[in-house]
Amino acid sequence: MAEATREAFRDALVPLMEVEERLVCVDTDSGLFKDVDFGAAAERYLNIGIAEANLMGMAAGLAASGWLPFVNTMAAFAATRALEAVKIDVAYNALPVRIAATHGGLSAGHFGPTHHSLEDLAVMRTLPNMTVLVPADAAQTASLVAQSMGLPGPVYLRLGRKATPPVEAEPPVVGRLQCLRPGSDAVLVAAGPLPVLAALEAAEELDAEGLSAAVLNAHTIKPFDAATLVEAVDDAEVVVTVEDHWRTGGLGATVAETLAELEPRRVLRIGVPDMFAKAVGGHEFLLRHYGVHPGAVTECVLRELGEAAPRLVAASQRPRRAKEE
Amino acid sequence: MNLEAQATRIREHVVDMCAGPEGAHLGGSMSIVELLTALYFEVLRVDPERPDDPERDVLVLSKGHGAPALYAALAERGFFPVEELASYARPGSRFAGHPVTLVPGVELPTGSLGHGLALGAGFALGARLARSDRRVFVILGDGELQEGSVWEAALGAAGLGLDGLVAVVDRNELQLTGRTESICPLEPLAEKWASFGWTVREADGHDLGAVLPALSSTPWEAGRPSLLIAHTVKGQGVPAVAGRVQAHYATLSPRGHARARAALRGGGDG
Repeated sequence: MAEATREAFRDALVPLMEVEERLVCVDTDSGLFKDVDFGAAAERYLNIGIAEANLMGMAAGLAASGWLPFVNTMAAFAATRALEAVKIDVAYNALPVRIAATHGGLSAGHFGPTHHSLEDLAVMRTLPNMTVLVPADAAQTASLVAQSMGLPGPVYLRLGRKATPPVEAEPPVVGRLQCLRPGSDAVLVAAGPLPVLAALEAAEELDAEGLSAAVLNAHTIKPFDAATLVEAVDDAEVVVTVEDHWRTGGLGATVAETLAELEPRRVLRIGVPDMFAKAVGGHEFLLRHYGVHPGAVTECVLRELGEAAPRLVAASQRPRRAKEE
Repeated sequence: MNLEAQATRIREHVVDMCAGPEGAHLGGSMSIVELLTALYFEVLRVDPERPDDPERDVLVLSKGHGAPALYAALAERGFFPVEELASYARPGSRFAGHPVTLVPGVELPTGSLGHGLALGAGFALGARLARSDRRVFVILGDGELQEGSVWEAALGAAGLGLDGLVAVVDRNELQLTGRTESICPLEPLAEKWASFGWTVREADGHDLGAVLPALSSTPWEAGRPSLLIAHTVKGQGVPAVAGRVQAHYATLSPRGHARARAALRGGGDG
């Protein structure tokens, strides 16, 4: 059943607050916690109004004095508006502030570019000490919220807005790249609900064309699991990344940087092109409009492997490198 | 059309936009209708035929979620055909949920709260450097005043003596999750702005007879920017939600749409 990741975050956090007395939830007029009964933890939920820089600063002060803050705001405001406080007050001090960043990517839809967050993964992964998580569905969100309790430093948890479908997968492990589907001709790496579903659908379409595409769920952008990626790309000719983010600096950059250093492969990044959204429409409409959808992934692989077909044939005639243990 | 009738017409457009597939920010659009009516039909020196006139007066809607009311006022003022409002928030439209410059008459995009006052101060400074007497108006929400960037801009504008700048606070006393005074109190509000170096007046934000003279007579004090605290009702004109937290955002059913339109025309309870 489709469920919103931001609601899964809320539903995971509230019972946790009752048993973990250091948890403090600070909110900024979001409405996400409307009518929630915090029970004995009620004193540790605060709505401080429309004040995101104050949010991050106060969270740092709380964390520095032994509390475990979860703060809630929109991804755009966490990653750009309040960035200096995140960089200096939170990350520089490696404080255990958990940032629940809702409306990630284009999920704010028709609200327009002031509410889109197509830069947050790029921004947050640049900060030392930051863990950057992008759950693929509600169940992954609940698991990552629970796992975040064991992380010593700050965490950026990118969430959506409306309900998204569940992804069939084992529970995620923070810091590990998750293989959703094995494959050897192409490797599709995706982050976030709709990109992951797009990659899975593309893999099905490619299968019908006789091509096997692996699908990796990058729920942890930072620290990035380079070892699993390198192992997965093995014989693949092409790696395609899929994200609800500008093409610059996010998942695509993470994958390209990693492979360029360790195991060079052609990396093609599917994401929003270098422009502020002019088009008006809902989340799915905008993703489709800006080229982030299953068909775009499939076409990208087919085009690439089509051109590479002679290379593939030659490669298939070479002895395969023995896999290292 | 007299101003009151013009205001009602703008409210009808807002209600229509709320009945679209995505809904719209009903309450905060309705509370600024008289302000926008006074500005676009009497106060602002703007010409839809010359939207780039460097001497034009400027309005920055800092509370960008009031976009439906702004779009309606611009349409009625002739910046684009009224029929285009029907495309609001629909795929392929140029009318996003917050103002974008693709819409004629919109000066700069807004939507993330707390940006507009600095933008307006920039316009006002530019006007002074150009020796122009064009005026700059910025409409802010009261919840928006919880953003620190507003106060930074307020201090700065007064420090520079930008008396071409007029800020209007839409004091409807509500924000998304409740009453401003329960969440992050703003009072005493007039005293705060005055202590920052602004000349402050207050008015009933739905009384055109009060709003018009106030906005037509700025600057009220030479060398000081002007702030009008407009006391308003969130969702004014829609009795079903007026003055309530629920007014913030509405996706009207056909029945809700009909009731709201009927209430605007003087019949029914909205």
